[in-house]
Amino acid sequence: MDLYEYQGKELFARAGIPVSEGRLATTAEEARAAAEELGGQVVVKAQVLVGGRGKAGGIQLADTPEQAEEHAAAILGMDIRGHVVRRLWIERASDIAKEYYLSVTFDRGEKKPLFMLTTEGGVDIEEVAEKSPEALARLHVDPLEGLQPWHGRWLIFTAGIDSPSEQKQVTAIVEKLFGAFVDFDAMLCEINPLIVTPDGEVKALDSKFTVDDNALYRHSDIADMRDLEAADPRERLAREKGVTYVKLDGEIGILGNGAGLVMATLDVIDQVGGRPANFCDLGGGGDAQGVVEALEVITSDEQVNAILFNIFGGITRCDEVARGILTALGQMEIRHPIVVRLDGTNAEEGRRLLTEAAPANLYVEETMLSAAEKVVSL
Amino acid sequence: MAIIVDRDTRLVVQGITGREGSFHATRNLHYGTNVVSGVTPGKGGESVEGIPVFDTVRAAMKETAPNVAMVFVPARFAADAIYEAVDAGIGTVICITEGIPAHDMLRVYNYVRPRGVTLVGPNCPGVLSPGKANVGIIPAEIFSEGPVGLVSRSGTLTYQIGHELTQLGIGQSTIVGIGGDPVVGSSFIDVLARFEADAETEIVVMVGEIGGAEEEKAAEFIGAEMSKPVVAYIAGFTAPPGKTMGHAGAIISGSAGTAQTKKEALEAHGVRVGTNPTEVARLAAEVVGSRAG
Repeated sequence: MDLYEYQGKELFARAGIPVSEGRLATTAEEARAAAEELGGQVVVKAQVLVGGRGKAGGIQLADTPEQAEEHAAAILGMDIRGHVVRRLWIERASDIAKEYYLSVTFDRGEKKPLFMLTTEGGVDIEEVAEKSPEALARLHVDPLEGLQPWHGRWLIFTAGIDSPSEQKQVTAIVEKLFGAFVDFDAMLCEINPLIVTPDGEVKALDSKFTVDDNALYRHSDIADMRDLEAADPRERLAREKGVTYVKLDGEIGILGNGAGLVMATLDVIDQVGGRPANFCDLGGGGDAQGVVEALEVITSDEQVNAILFNIFGGITRCDEVARGILTALGQMEIRHPIVVRLDGTNAEEGRRLLTEAAPANLYVEETMLSAAEKVVSL
Repeated sequence: MAIIVDRDTRLVVQGITGREGSFHATRNLHYGTNVVSGVTPGKGGESVEGIPVFDTVRAAMKETAPNVAMVFVPARFAADAIYEAVDAGIGTVICITEGIPAHDMLRVYNYVRPRGVTLVGPNCPGVLSPGKANVGIIPAEIFSEGPVGLVSRSGTLTYQIGHELTQLGIGQSTIVGIGGDPVVGSSFIDVLARFEADAETEIVVMVGEIGGAEEEKAAEFIGAEMSKPVVAYIAGFTAPPGKTMGHAGAIISGSAGTAQTKKEALEAHGVRVGTNPTEVARLAAEVVGSRAG
């Protein structure tokens, strides 16, 4: 689960990492009030779960509350790479002398947390890693050993931070960031930029924070931060129904059992010239209730003009899925043509059930390829 | 021979009295797997289908000497269960449980690895050596004995490919589901190395998906270390970046982890990559046929 900048900063503050004071605003009036409260120059920052908001005009300086209100009115509703701005973070403006970069991420390859620190902050870190890798201090932390003071020392000296005051502040932030990373079950904690003010104060000017979905059960406060309105409405509906669903751009609704098989189905649809409308995994289920709920989600997408079921029976039995499909079709009216491919455990029985019931808009196919070709031809 | 599980496997099932645990332990038992014991704290003295249940893995160890543990306990207790098995001296742990927090698995991984323990999973379908032992939830009836080693990050996709191979008359030595989480105990490389050393395995079919860089690393390993032919399939060519496709680990971040880069890395090391499950099975059949001829 990705957090907004202001939510990440809230967690930073809880961990003791210095951040600027700010207020959340969802209307231009609130932005003005926030600017009045904060006093002085403020920054109006669009809150979106995507990069590039600065370039898109989603971050503006305001000298007065009136200006903050104007900027807020312009930024709210703005579409930044497909994300509509509905929240603003109004923050006291900071003077910037230097911009550093600090992050700790979950390195899947090494299976250890990875710290990265560079004095070339404020830009895309992948660019730094490519153009001047020597400027980037990278260090893994053994999760059993935990963070030790030497990790922080190694990072500041290797990155070339030479002011003693900055060294002290950055090592303290490294320690607190690692604390946040572990305590909040984060997959990514990034501060870019980590700024040094003209007075020599080091603080986090931005935050990028991703929390492990599997660990949300032990962080109900973070789970509550999820912005349900930011998700595609169908993805939201799917979440409520407990269906794994991802919206895509095409016209063919896809249901399958198992993430890998569904991904493969999308690829095969593409190969035979169709465009998948979604990823939808029924999981181990396939009973009538599960099928109904998945169909409700899929058919709520108006772009869908045909539906493909791709079921491989393992533990899930195909005859059960067939009964589920027939029950579901009895319960809800579906005008789209449906192609069903059943294979594996009890597939023959499942196909027989479907063929005998023979709903008008239902086609039964035996292989994944033939089913994909059929659904694309409809 | 086969890898990870075989006729010498003595299995203890952790979480055996749960709904899933008892169902699959029973299935594994009926397949012929030597299921020697189960563990559920507080249920010691009971039995499931004649399998004795103990309160702790150590007690099960003392009485029944298992050498493989299968973990079926709920996600929030799963890391603990793995530690318990490893601390009791079990050398192979197969964890079926899904939804384990990644930080828990990070610590587990770094704990078990230097101890030489084989950990498969979590969030995996398990390991099946047809005709010998089945540990996990893989539907064994789809598979048959033969020369193909199958390793995969995905469950049903593995069944699909196994089914297609079986229809072409080609059996498997061992099927290993390594799981789709960001941190899994065994990587493709770990399993490929075992298949390379296994006398029964003649060729390997590797089933990957988007996310991470394990397929790319496997490609280098295959180029440098493997004499046996490998055929691969990668799922997720049409997956959009930044969206998790069902598995927690199946996500394209930035330009990393796409199906295309994985395919190219594999092909650069001489691995033939099929574009759909049917084609992969056909490619495998070609390789088996040419070796037989």
